[in-house]
Amino acid sequence: MALFDYAPAPESRAAAGDIASTYGHFIDGEFVESTGSEALKTVDPSTEEVLAEFAQGTEADVDRAVAAARKAFTSWSALPGAERGKYLFRIARIIQERSRELAVLESIDNGKPIKETRDVDLPLVAAHFFYYAGWADKLEFAGYGSNPRPVGVAAQVIPWNFPLLMLAWKIAPALATGNTVVLKPAETTPLTALRFAEICRQAGLPKGVVNIITGDGRTGAALTAHPEIDKVAFTGSTEVGRAIARTLAGTTKRLSLELGGKAANIVFDDAPVDQAVEGIVDGIFFNQGHVCCAGSRLLVQESVHDDVMDALKRRMSTLRVGDPLDKNTDIGAINSAAQLARIQELTAAGEAEGAERWSPSCELPSAGYWFAPTVFSNVSATHRIAREEIFGPVLSVLTFRTPEEAVAKANNTPYGLSAGIWTEKGSRILWMASKLRAGVVWSNTFNKFDPTSPFGGYKESGYGREGGRHGLEAYLDV
Amino acid sequence: MSEPTTALRLDVYKTYKLFVGGKFPRSESGRVYEVTDRKTGEWLANAPQGTRKDTRDAVSAARKAFGGWSGATAYNRGQILYRAAEMLQGRRDQYVAEVALSEGLTAKKAAPLVDAAVDRLVWYAGWTDKVAQIAGNANPVAGPYFNLSTPEPTGVVGVVAPQGGTGFSLLGLVSVLAPVIATGNTAVVALAPGAPLPGLSLGEVLATSDLPGGVVNLISGRTEDIAPTLASHADVNALDLAGVVAEEGPASARDLEVAAAETLKRVLRPESASHDWTTAPGTDRLLTFLETKTVWHPMGM
Repeated sequence: MALFDYAPAPESRAAAGDIASTYGHFIDGEFVESTGSEALKTVDPSTEEVLAEFAQGTEADVDRAVAAARKAFTSWSALPGAERGKYLFRIARIIQERSRELAVLESIDNGKPIKETRDVDLPLVAAHFFYYAGWADKLEFAGYGSNPRPVGVAAQVIPWNFPLLMLAWKIAPALATGNTVVLKPAETTPLTALRFAEICRQAGLPKGVVNIITGDGRTGAALTAHPEIDKVAFTGSTEVGRAIARTLAGTTKRLSLELGGKAANIVFDDAPVDQAVEGIVDGIFFNQGHVCCAGSRLLVQESVHDDVMDALKRRMSTLRVGDPLDKNTDIGAINSAAQLARIQELTAAGEAEGAERWSPSCELPSAGYWFAPTVFSNVSATHRIAREEIFGPVLSVLTFRTPEEAVAKANNTPYGLSAGIWTEKGSRILWMASKLRAGVVWSNTFNKFDPTSPFGGYKESGYGREGGRHGLEAYLDV
Repeated sequence: MSEPTTALRLDVYKTYKLFVGGKFPRSESGRVYEVTDRKTGEWLANAPQGTRKDTRDAVSAARKAFGGWSGATAYNRGQILYRAAEMLQGRRDQYVAEVALSEGLTAKKAAPLVDAAVDRLVWYAGWTDKVAQIAGNANPVAGPYFNLSTPEPTGVVGVVAPQGGTGFSLLGLVSVLAPVIATGNTAVVALAPGAPLPGLSLGEVLATSDLPGGVVNLISGRTEDIAPTLASHADVNALDLAGVVAEEGPASARDLEVAAAETLKRVLRPESASHDWTTAPGTDRLLTFLETKTVWHPMGM
């Protein structure tokens, strides 16, 4: 089927608001310059155009931010929960008011399609603040004791794949429970976090309750190793998660980790093929596959393998790759040159190891970082593309014959973040769901998120949960 | 009537052995070490000196047992834990003697500690089919989906048994072990090296309680051999460092946590060495070695 011709429907770049040429940190309620002179650049990954310079946070900057958070903790934690909650409600409302601006800014800085930032990221960001706002004065009913106390100062380090949403997942529960935070956004996507700092000011949030400090892994390492913090919450690679766990070893500091994944999306022979294919596409091509819970391993029952592959390839041929600000775009830009190189390396390994590579013909823009949606068939469980997290729009297809084999293959990974099941048989869904060692199981759907629904992994996908009642625990002294 | 000639009858000593995979092996090393009376320093028994290899064997046994035990009904696990309480009650006098010698107490002071251990098993037996009801959640997501969170056991848990505090040798051990297995995990326990006898004897209780072999594995020996093996073992999912006392070195909390970070094990940090194990446990330990699984399904016609 040929693509319908369509006219570009670009969202206005101007809607992102003014992007400053340089940014400092947000510490103690003020935008401040770094004590160091090193600056990093953030680029629009769809054009490689430099958007802004921002500070590489130094140890002195971290000290200052942690001190501000520590100072603010005394009064913030003493504030009645209802008042803390009202600040969060205010923040949620302002996010809703400014959601178009934030969605456009996020798409520009991250490269993800506007239809995702507009319809997924921003609604979930606002909803997350709303949800935890309501918990702030109800903590004694959450099942964590009659007088749950905050932990203290939380150091929070977030990734670049859902910059503002990950910020919300970190900051909303931390503040609702009475903690103060120092948050470091990823070095390729600092802009929405810095814009969020403005929202904190508009909401009248007391100084020092939220501090945003920018920089790369060096800043993150200084922050997570800081002696005056009480808790670290990290979302990112398993490798860095390990390093943080080692740093905190032997201390009394708390740690929650949301790390990598290599989820199996399992399709049985009785699944409606078209629905399953939608779920497969959502599972791996949503957000360019920059999703820790992406359904990156497709396990198809052998008897329907060819049918599913045919339908999948047909569907992939209709995916529109290109300008993130075009409202028709399904797949945007890869977030960074480094990530693109990683995807290229692993896909090259997939071919070298003998898997069969296929992509629809699609024209990629000449500037920027792009990768066509790709599927590998004839993948064996030992191939790197079946074991390592690619974090890109690349699907590896394996087959199975029996449910037992599907479970064994799905669980044959050190990760355990998510899994998908496609079948019409209810008892099989429940049996499979109970056997899969993964924190989130989507049956006959995929990549659904909600602030009330706990998210987090088994095994080397990390520990602790974000979202829902369970998400409070990471920030309570229980 | 003359006195019975008890002096002519020798007591039959017990050879203390490890408890691994439901069996009672000696250490593969063939080595033992002397266990002495806490108060008098008198020889009590030769305990097996469990090694790194014994520990790895125990992890294999625990892994093998995990599928069955985690898949057993919560009711069944409760029945078995309650059975263990019955068995412990039946051997009360033996444990009173062992606890007294292990902790340097009179029999009179040891007895309530053994009773408390029995009661603690009963407490956890009752928890098995309730924990999902307090740790799970129906989540009201904003869309047409059924969404349910349920707790599942983490997997194989390495436990460093308490080495101090009131009642540590039996009550303390039961207090850290029972919550691990009540929720469906399997365990490999590094027993307190200076007071392993109640723990080694606990294997005899568990072996007669219908507990499947391998669900609990008890290793006596040097903590610095056993605990680091558990911390670095890729097939161990979590550590309870309750009894860690070393300030530094491979059996210190810091080094064990560093080793555990390699496979991102869940780690429960040490209890105070003077912890009073008679205090009510609450649900902290029960809820520690659980993973929350959230299942989504669309609703529609």
